[in-house]
Amino acid sequence: MATTPNAATPAELGWSPQALLRRLRGADEIAHLITFIAAATLLLITVLLVFQLWTHSAESRAKFGWSFFVTKTWDPVAGDFGALPFIYGTLVTSAVALVIAVPLGVGAAIFLAELAPPKLSSSLTFVSDLLAAVPSVIYGLLGVFLLVPVMRTTIQPALKSTLGFLPLFKGPAYGIGFLTAGIVLAIMVVPFVLSVSREVLLAVPRDQREAALALGATKWESTWKVVVPAARIGIFGSVFLALARALGETMAVTMVVGNNPIISGSLFSPGYSIAAVLANEFSEATGNLYLSALIELGLVLFLLTFVLNGLARLLILVTTARGSGVLPS
Amino acid sequence: MRIAKVFAVLVILLALGTVAVAEGGQVLLNAAGATFPYPIYSKWFDQYHQAHPNVQINYQSIGSGGGIRQLLDKTVDFGASDGPMNDDQLKQASVPILHFPTVLGAAIPSYNVQGVGGDLNFTPEALSGIFLGKITKWNDPAIASVNPGVKLPGDDIVVVHRSDGSGTTYIWTDYLSKVSPEWQTKVGKATSVNWPVGLGGKGNEGVSALVQQTPGAIGYIELIYAIQNHMPYGKVKNAAGMFVKADLAGVSAAAAAAAKAMPDDFRVSITNPPDNKAAYPIASFTWLLIPEKFSDATKRDVVKDFLKWMMTDGQASCEALAYAKLPKEVVAKEMKAIAKIQ
Repeated sequence: MATTPNAATPAELGWSPQALLRRLRGADEIAHLITFIAAATLLLITVLLVFQLWTHSAESRAKFGWSFFVTKTWDPVAGDFGALPFIYGTLVTSAVALVIAVPLGVGAAIFLAELAPPKLSSSLTFVSDLLAAVPSVIYGLLGVFLLVPVMRTTIQPALKSTLGFLPLFKGPAYGIGFLTAGIVLAIMVVPFVLSVSREVLLAVPRDQREAALALGATKWESTWKVVVPAARIGIFGSVFLALARALGETMAVTMVVGNNPIISGSLFSPGYSIAAVLANEFSEATGNLYLSALIELGLVLFLLTFVLNGLARLLILVTTARGSGVLPS
Repeated sequence: MRIAKVFAVLVILLALGTVAVAEGGQVLLNAAGATFPYPIYSKWFDQYHQAHPNVQINYQSIGSGGGIRQLLDKTVDFGASDGPMNDDQLKQASVPILHFPTVLGAAIPSYNVQGVGGDLNFTPEALSGIFLGKITKWNDPAIASVNPGVKLPGDDIVVVHRSDGSGTTYIWTDYLSKVSPEWQTKVGKATSVNWPVGLGGKGNEGVSALVQQTPGAIGYIELIYAIQNHMPYGKVKNAAGMFVKADLAGVSAAAAAAAKAMPDDFRVSITNPPDNKAAYPIASFTWLLIPEKFSDATKRDVVKDFLKWMMTDGQASCEALAYAKLPKEVVAKEMKAIAKIQ
């Protein structure tokens, strides 16, 4: 909801019919009005969404209150619902996805924007954009039929024998679970990180690179110490986009995460995510409390996204204030 | 000007079209509910439309829960569900709701044990023990004692269940609730439950993929899916003490066995039926949910006629789609119940 510097209040716009007509004669005013409506619609949709989630989860909120956030049980038969394992699963799978996707995506973006020959860069970018367009159910199916067997027979035993002393890699290797879901998510979000980061890196003015090189920096030094910091905000933006996608991903996660609402420190353990349980249980949810609890989970996911985005913005503010101040306009 | 003319012509054509349709006595019925019987329902509604071109029944397979909600909200003419509505839900309805069984479904145990083929025998005690997480090894005496001659490995058992709410889960948990008091109190029956152990797979395809990939896995799968995909599966001991491999005849036999004690509202569970050696014990009806009173007489007559057709001619389509037919005892009882619709 960015407001333009010359945004006018309704009073200034003069919303009496004659004044409006007079103003509308100018093309600028029409454009202003149209874009304002577009922006206002977005806000309206968000507000309506929250309002609907809030009202329809009333029964569950009244019954469970704040304990909904810390209860571990999810028992549709007994009517006992808690969101904790789902919040945990959503956060863990998304974190694993970002840990893998960010270095991969940003690294590839630096290569494609700065180091690769232009032809290779544009064709690889095209391939990455194609990946972003693949439906998530395809990633889920590939996960189930290709990745899960490899995880069970090769990757998880290998992790166990090398890093098995860490609590992260303990327990039986089913092939599915937090780690597998995180890897599938990582593959899904890499194109977002790559595509946006590359554009931002390309947008850094040529002068800055040349200035660095003229001062005696090597190609890598100019890239790493000048171009990447200058593009930092955009790169952060790509990571938030990836995070939002990972938090809300439904189909691919539910197919490989194991769908068991347990909280375990091991990445090999099966888990569950908010989006996945909604997709799984919403259609067959009978009973008002059950439905209401599922809708409250939707509200929790919305809150989670909201809080994480807020934290991310805070991070930008902090790092920008500390940074060199070299920013793309 | 030209655009205005074209528009006027279009409007007139449209108006004429509406009149023509109205004169033909077009009846449009909306229904929503269970996904499990969707293939047979869409075939039935299509066949019925062929025979009665003025009747169009539009069925949305949004799940049993959604079907019940939409029926209570009166956004559909009738609903469909894999589990019967409970008393609370029936009380919420402004018009009494009648249940009409349409076809039968069953769930089978599918497993992946090294060196063991199909036809493994399961007792109710073994199945409930496994799904409660109390029997954890394949060579446990509870399994080995009823499978003489089969060399069972000492592998860990990995339980796989449906993660999506489903009628198949309802059948499976209904059966376990009947054969195990502990399951009844600890877990209960529903389209989704709080599983004591195991991994969740999405849909029949998700469960079967997990079972086939994971050594030592056992999961339950809808019978139709297993038949269509030629999957091996185990036998289950019924209340008469026989180990029965599920097939369509065995499922119909279970329904016939339960028909004697059928309540008038058809809200009956037929899992683990007594006194029938051929009955497969993990089966259930799926129901159409029909309001007892229709404000629109045309719609009422169409619904009544459709129900009659479905229980006679319609049943002939069942086996081609691998659904178990209603036994004739149940059909006779339902035919009488149609008269209740007003």
